[in-house]
Amino acid sequence: MPEKGQDLIQLRWHSRGGQGAKTAADFFTQVAISEGKYSQAFPEYGPERSGAPMRSYTRISSEPIKLHSAVYKPDAVIILDPTLVGTVNVWEGLSEEGEVVINTRLTPQEARKEFNITGHKVFTIDATGIALDELGRNIPNMPMVGALVKVSGLLELDHVIEGLRKTFSAKFGKEVVEKNVRAINRAYKEVRTEDA
Amino acid sequence: MSTILPLTGNESGAEVMRQIAPDVVAAYPITPQTELMHRFADYVADGKVPTELILVESEHSAMSACVGASAAGARVMTATSSQGMALMWEILYIAAALRLPIVMPLVNRSLSAPINIHCDHSDSMGARDTGWLQLYCENCQEIYDTGIQAMKIAENKDVLLPVMVCYDGFILSHTVERVELLEDHEVKGFIGEHIADHPLLDVDNPVTYGPLDLQDFYFEHKRQEAEAMRNAKPVVLQVAEEYEVLSGRKYGLFEEYFSKDAEYIMVCLGSAAGTAKAAVDELRAAGENVGLLKLRVFRPFPAEELVAALADAKRIAVMDRADGVNSIGGPVFSEIRAALYGRSSAKISNYIYGLGGRDIDIEMMKSVFQDMKDGKYAEEAFYLGVRE
Repeated sequence: MPEKGQDLIQLRWHSRGGQGAKTAADFFTQVAISEGKYSQAFPEYGPERSGAPMRSYTRISSEPIKLHSAVYKPDAVIILDPTLVGTVNVWEGLSEEGEVVINTRLTPQEARKEFNITGHKVFTIDATGIALDELGRNIPNMPMVGALVKVSGLLELDHVIEGLRKTFSAKFGKEVVEKNVRAINRAYKEVRTEDA
Repeated sequence: MSTILPLTGNESGAEVMRQIAPDVVAAYPITPQTELMHRFADYVADGKVPTELILVESEHSAMSACVGASAAGARVMTATSSQGMALMWEILYIAAALRLPIVMPLVNRSLSAPINIHCDHSDSMGARDTGWLQLYCENCQEIYDTGIQAMKIAENKDVLLPVMVCYDGFILSHTVERVELLEDHEVKGFIGEHIADHPLLDVDNPVTYGPLDLQDFYFEHKRQEAEAMRNAKPVVLQVAEEYEVLSGRKYGLFEEYFSKDAEYIMVCLGSAAGTAKAAVDELRAAGENVGLLKLRVFRPFPAEELVAALADAKRIAVMDRADGVNSIGGPVFSEIRAALYGRSSAKISNYIYGLGGRDIDIEMMKSVFQDMKDGKYAEEAFYLGVRE
């Protein structure tokens, strides 16, 4: 993530319709606002089809956010589905120091080779594995949130868990929410950095 | 006391409707308005608002039911977008001419054809001369604040005209932002009770709405309608002042963002005004003498005040998210240039942008300021961000 003091952080989420990137981007914003920050989340709406590539965006700042355009220069990209690499330009506008959080079983070093990544900082997380273990379904969005919380330091893990219980309990029931809590906690611990 | 919540623009609009708790809402769903009415319908179903929600078979019927209910003396709201408002067309004029204070969030969306669900201002701009007030919002907070003010403006006895609260489809309607809400009782106290002077249902004092009105009186009635629109300007300002006392948030006819001493001024409305502010911030930091005039109230059109605010500009660029398709320029441009005629020597250029949801970013905004600085000018509108 950019150095402290830079007050606008912009995230871009890459996924396929149905993987929950919109929910994740919105949820990230919701927790940021609960922490007293300013934040904005919005998906790029195209034809809404399950499986189609889609993007979502999150902005976070200590000040009111004026911009209402798409994010062209993200500080980090979060890739929920590695099969998107090569299909869409997931690196577009990402700076040399920009961060990549990608859903894969590979180590960051292996991921660099596999996905042909030069520059950037690479973090990997087996979000699909965690989702299958904990939820029994391949919905990798909450593990990706857990990994992003760890590597970005943008939100407090406690606030994320608290926010998850508060927001989703009524809709999905306690059992499903607790499975997601476990998924987030695991991803927070299991996300891999390059120097590890 | 206030509550801070993460809300989309549509959720902000639904909160406005919940807190106003109109007597009657008649509506038909259309993208991108749908979630607003979806959420409000939940409030009605859950018993959180006592509103009579009439689910009609078209927008023409929605506005017709609103007209009937408002004439009967009820406090009335609806919401729509794009084709939906196009279908309301003839009833829009009737709502205004019968002097019915209906409030309608209009979630701006382009008009067919080709079919497109994304934002531009073609829908509201086409309705600019229907006799409705039009207030434009920059962000989700403004949707909330403007919605509440709109009810009080509409019902003011010197106005009694319907109000459109215009906000950008998807760019605001589906974007989550931080929104500060007032308490329910504060909103109720602010807008007060609606007591219609001549309700249809007052059978002891019978009145007629919408009778035949030929050469003898039609003209006088239209003249009064025009006067009501003129009256609306000071009322908008007065309500904004009262709202500032309540909320701490300031509103006016327009916002002057570093434009008071600027040589180069952009005029813009809606969510793009936020992106324009970010461009002004960057250019000001680099020592450029630029500013933004964000238009909030398009109807009534604040001509006198705009002339004063733009008098010292060297150049003005007017941004339109709707094309007049008229070979002369967009609607905001035409009004601004007409207002400044003979009262400013500034060159005024016009930019058409963002049709059908085409994104406008900070670099494009900066390019408009650069054009002004470079003296780029044409009688005809420039198209920004289009493939020629």
